[in-house]
Amino acid sequence: MIPEIGHFALIIALCLALVQTIVPLLGAQTNTSQWMAVAKPAARGQFLFIIIAFICLAYSFVKNDFSVFYVANNSNSALPLQYKISAIWGAHEGSLLLWSLMLSGWTFAVTIFSRSLPNDMVARVLAVMGFVSIGFLLFMLLTSNPFERIFPMPLEGKDLNPLLQDPGLVIHPPMLYMGYVGFSVAFAFAIAALLGGKLDSAWARWSRPWATFAWVFLTIGITLGSWWAYHELGWGGWWFWDPVENASFMPWLVGTALIHSLAVTEKRASFKSWTVLLAILAFSLSLLGTFLVRSGILVSVHAFATDPARGLYILIFLAIVIGGSLLLFALRAPYIKSIGHFDLFSRETALLLNNVLLLVVMFTILFGTLYPLFIDAFDMPSLSVGKPYFDLVFSVLMLPLLLVIGVGPFMRWKKATMKDVFKKLSKIAIVGLVIGIAFPYIVAGKTSILVAIGISLGGWSMAAAIYYLFKNTSRTDSGANILQHLKKIPRATYGMSIAHFGIGIFVVGVTFVSAFEQVKEIPMQVGQKIEMAGYMFELGGVEDIQGPNYSSKQATVNVYKNDRLVAKLLPEKRTYLVQKSPMTEAGIDTGFLRDVYVALGEEIDGNAWGMRLYYKPFIQWIWMGALLMAFGGLLAAFDRRYRLKLKREKQSAVPSSRKQRLAVTS
Amino acid sequence: MKHRNTINICAVLIGCFLVCAVMAEPITVAPQYEQRYSSILGELRCLVCQNQTIAESNADLAIDLRVEVKNMLEKGATDSEIIDFMANRYGDFILYRPQLKPRTYPLWFGPFLLLAVVLLLLYFVVNRQSKDSNVKLTDEEKTQLNSILNQTEEKYTDD
Repeated sequence: MIPEIGHFALIIALCLALVQTIVPLLGAQTNTSQWMAVAKPAARGQFLFIIIAFICLAYSFVKNDFSVFYVANNSNSALPLQYKISAIWGAHEGSLLLWSLMLSGWTFAVTIFSRSLPNDMVARVLAVMGFVSIGFLLFMLLTSNPFERIFPMPLEGKDLNPLLQDPGLVIHPPMLYMGYVGFSVAFAFAIAALLGGKLDSAWARWSRPWATFAWVFLTIGITLGSWWAYHELGWGGWWFWDPVENASFMPWLVGTALIHSLAVTEKRASFKSWTVLLAILAFSLSLLGTFLVRSGILVSVHAFATDPARGLYILIFLAIVIGGSLLLFALRAPYIKSIGHFDLFSRETALLLNNVLLLVVMFTILFGTLYPLFIDAFDMPSLSVGKPYFDLVFSVLMLPLLLVIGVGPFMRWKKATMKDVFKKLSKIAIVGLVIGIAFPYIVAGKTSILVAIGISLGGWSMAAAIYYLFKNTSRTDSGANILQHLKKIPRATYGMSIAHFGIGIFVVGVTFVSAFEQVKEIPMQVGQKIEMAGYMFELGGVEDIQGPNYSSKQATVNVYKNDRLVAKLLPEKRTYLVQKSPMTEAGIDTGFLRDVYVALGEEIDGNAWGMRLYYKPFIQWIWMGALLMAFGGLLAAFDRRYRLKLKREKQSAVPSSRKQRLAVTS
Repeated sequence: MKHRNTINICAVLIGCFLVCAVMAEPITVAPQYEQRYSSILGELRCLVCQNQTIAESNADLAIDLRVEVKNMLEKGATDSEIIDFMANRYGDFILYRPQLKPRTYPLWFGPFLLLAVVLLLLYFVVNRQSKDSNVKLTDEEKTQLNSILNQTEEKYTDD
């Protein structure tokens, strides 16, 4: 009964999505306010019914209702509760439902926080989001229904893929999806503006916090994914350039370009059509990522053909959404006038450079990911494009971007002078170089040219980010009070500085770990000691332990430094009972300056164990840097001016965009 | 029925993947080769896994290849000799870093060509729009503009 309710709720949600799309859109074109007013209640109703559907599926999982095909395939009665919940998005059908839930959730948020927007704008934005929702709900109902029953009902479920039974995987996909789906808001704003023909800086300011929030979620989602891979796969790697990872990284790159370009559009009314294009692109790549990952085309071309109906639907839907919006853009773009003009040497150009570099990186990754498919399609001998290629090309392309990160914020809008910028930055450049040359010697006792370049660039971004916060102190009259100055700085400025600082941290982490990590693969007997990177690893013993749905061999590894015990690591090798698949759980001692990482392998000849020992300097800096970026984004999205604007706009009816700008500033 | 097939194929694929995901038996190389050994393994793809290097895979083929790499290292082969040997025996598919040849020119030159073109384009577009920016303002407009700009400068810290 419960699954049928869920199924039915999805159908009602689809009907509401249809209403939410058609009626407000017609209303906005014909200026009929009653029709436009339909958008909000329809969107909220849709959210409610998708929540109902989601709860029904969750209920079926918790109650072990194996008559539901999806539950039978992805759960088991011995599965711990938290994994029963996360199993909802453990496979194709359920992740679509999660996607829809989030889309309607973001739409709901728009209905709440859009009071200051003109009615026709709200109507169009909600209609566009409704349209996307139709696509997903229809896809689910036609080809991928999570509520489908199976007869005869199996007595036990096939269990969740053991790879996914990890705390990281409980929150990683929802975060990632929040990011993907969040870009639908910026997308909807862009399409609505194109439809209404009103593309002003007010538009940019409305969509800016939404885009930033989406970017923050995506950043956290990707970071969690990387962290999970590090913990769960047992190889000590944090990024593999797997097609699935690339699919999430590409929207992130475009999203990063988008939040920078939105800044220009809001502040300077420039780059309008460019920003719109980025908003369309960011969401298109999110859609592509969602579908391609789940359909499996990227991993294997053949998986796509297993259900032609799904493949065909996806192609048609993508063609309509992406093609349609690009067509609309092509029709309207010639009428978009950017009023601001700027010099070749100006902050606008620096931001444009940032955008261009990010997009080139994105296209490179896209091209590298798809190139083997082209080659196959032309019947040439297959080739692979993997980590060594991407590492190399990516780092080369990132170098100029890291330089621009330091320079950009110090350039004035419209027209900057070389002398001015040089004066401000020469000190920073020296700081960066000193850090780059000295730091590796201090912490690692050795260096190389590549390491020096990497750390210099990291140091440069960090120093510039900090200096930026203080650069105006000399201008304020009572230079004595730095604290007061720091208090006056808007949150958005802090956000930017923290995010750029985070990039510096990230770069330092990546450089150190790729240059100085050490690994030893070795058979160890109980009691044997192995020395590596100044640490002594001792295998204390291996014992059998029993988990809820797995049995496990757990080793005890004592790690000594200078004869002092620094960590007791417990790496495991688990065998999950249902899927019979062995999994590694690494034993990790996390530290600010290094991780010590141990993975347990096979038993050899009954008296030794295959062990893999890693020394990973600065690896935590990678995720710390990424989280700082996300935190910076969060601060920027909560900047005071977005809320001030709300208040102001409630007082005065609909001021022109220019007036609004001043209203905020005065 | 169709559904069933899909699921079965998926299960087989996942199963295959999981076999490869398990940690492999260690093959110990002499300390002086350790660094080169692990960097070469990172360049080679396990041909029967989904997307893994031979370092990460426990498939029989991957183990054989690791032994092969180890033996060649100990016989004094250079890194590129080992890589070439693998490519000759198993085809380019085994290399995660595509070798430079006409078929891979787009991969190696494409990104930088794109970057160059885009930068040139950027230069011309920005230059053109900055040239036709000489909009004439009346004196009154100028003073108005200046007061607005000053105001903005003071109260609206540029971020």
